[in-house]
Amino acid sequence: MEAIQGFLSQYGSLLAQGVWDTLVMTGVSTFFAYVIGIPIGVLVVLTSPTGLRPLRVANTVLGWIVNIGRSIPFIILLVALIPFTRWIVGTSLGVPGAVVPLVVAAAPFVGRMVEQSLAEVDSGLIEAAMSSGASTSQIVFKVFLRESLPSLVRGASITFITLFGYAAMAGTVGAGGLGDIAIRYGYQRFQGDIMVVAVILCIVLVQIIQSIGDIVARKIDKRN
Amino acid sequence: MIQINHLSKTFEGATVHHALRDVSLTIEDGDIYGIIGASGAGKSTLVRCINLLERPTAGQLFINGVDVVNLRGKPLLELRRSIGMIFQDFSLFQQRSVLHNVTFPLELRHDNKQHRVARARELLEIVGLADKETSYPAQLSGGQQQRVAIARALANEPTIMLCDEATSALDTRTTTSILKLLKNINQEFGVTMVVITHSLSVAHKICNKIAVIDEGRIVESGSTADVFAHPQSPITKELLASDTLSVGA
Ligand SMILES: Nc1ncnc2c1ncn2[C@@H]1O[C@H](COP(=O)(O)OP(=O)(O)OP(=O)(O)O)[C@@H](O)[C@H]1O
Ligand SMILES: [Mg+2]
Repeated sequence: MEAIQGFLSQYGSLLAQGVWDTLVMTGVSTFFAYVIGIPIGVLVVLTSPTGLRPLRVANTVLGWIVNIGRSIPFIILLVALIPFTRWIVGTSLGVPGAVVPLVVAAAPFVGRMVEQSLAEVDSGLIEAAMSSGASTSQIVFKVFLRESLPSLVRGASITFITLFGYAAMAGTVGAGGLGDIAIRYGYQRFQGDIMVVAVILCIVLVQIIQSIGDIVARKIDKRN
Repeated sequence: MIQINHLSKTFEGATVHHALRDVSLTIEDGDIYGIIGASGAGKSTLVRCINLLERPTAGQLFINGVDVVNLRGKPLLELRRSIGMIFQDFSLFQQRSVLHNVTFPLELRHDNKQHRVARARELLEIVGLADKETSYPAQLSGGQQQRVAIARALANEPTIMLCDEATSALDTRTTTSILKLLKNINQEFGVTMVVITHSLSVAHKICNKIAVIDEGRIVESGSTADVFAHPQSPITKELLASDTLSVGA
């Protein structure tokens, strides 16, 4: 008991800061990844050969971007993007420095997931909307995005958890967060106990986020 | 009035498919016009051409005197708003309540919310589902879902309603009640109905006229009574022979 109290008083605020940094990094990058990824997913669906606005060239190019983006390992992206990151946020360090590569890594991934969610929408609903006189943009917002919302929410929790893992890697280049702590204390200073606590915190956070995602998705889904 | 002149529709994919060949048909205001024919005959394609879900390859299509074949943009959306459509699988928005399924077409026109809700309640009253407005489609029976779809199709006060196998997924009793509802709507609001069915009994029950379509061609058309009493084409005779039990059922 005393040992735990001692540990907490010594490292508690460090770990709390780590949790906070990780959540901010992950949350902000998830948000911007969706800001970019939703339009990508929507455009891929609309321009597909069976879509509402078939456009072969655009569809192919978007497909390439998405696939190339997803095939570059994050750790390489992290380093390769340093000049770009500096240009966008003025630094390649700390939480802001990590957010840029995280967003670049996640946006194509999000684009693909959004595309898959939208593709699940029954084509009969698109026809029903068209026959009611809906324009393409109304179909996008009122049918595609609205009807696939539960699936989009599930996708968002997957994205968040994936970025959570990436954020730990960003820790290695000085972005802070739990990954940074685990490496600095556990690896460089051989303080195994801190690393173990950091790992446990990661597991608990991921479980909580997964559960929140599942509960919200189930709650808003009116199909059952 | 819907006037179809020499309409053709060809699908060009891996193979070329002539879904409609030189179809001519006149549907008068107030008709309940049946389109019957075997699976793959082109019934859906014909009806989907009427609201331009499918764009005809050749021919003319006059709706209330206007040739609509080349309509695009806003006028196309307005045309579609004047034509209601219901489907075999109901096609209700699963994430919207019954009330908001019915307000959907009105949202598209940016009607104000109070008006939308009032109008939707009126329509749910007409289809007999006033007590279900807060339910979701997944909580309703097939017949109830089709009633919601009918209310949604009526929201824009259409002059024409297209029904693609609207009762094919329903049992006999539910079918009868839905047909009764459609007939009421036709009589009370003067909505012209185009009713696709493969069931002669459905055609017999509500259609004043029918056309028989086979391999993309109209092989016979006329008043329901005449066609049933004196079928001319072999296809019609065959259909009648294979379905005698259900006629008048
Ligand atoms: N988008 C399309 N691309 C290619 N062929 C099509 C397309 N839509 C329909 N067809 C073909 O056109 C023909 C007519 O189809 P349609 O759906 O109009 O038939 P139907 O009479 O409604 O049949 P069912 O009773 O089975 O619904 C079919 O052979 C079908 O395969
Ligand atoms: Mg059909």
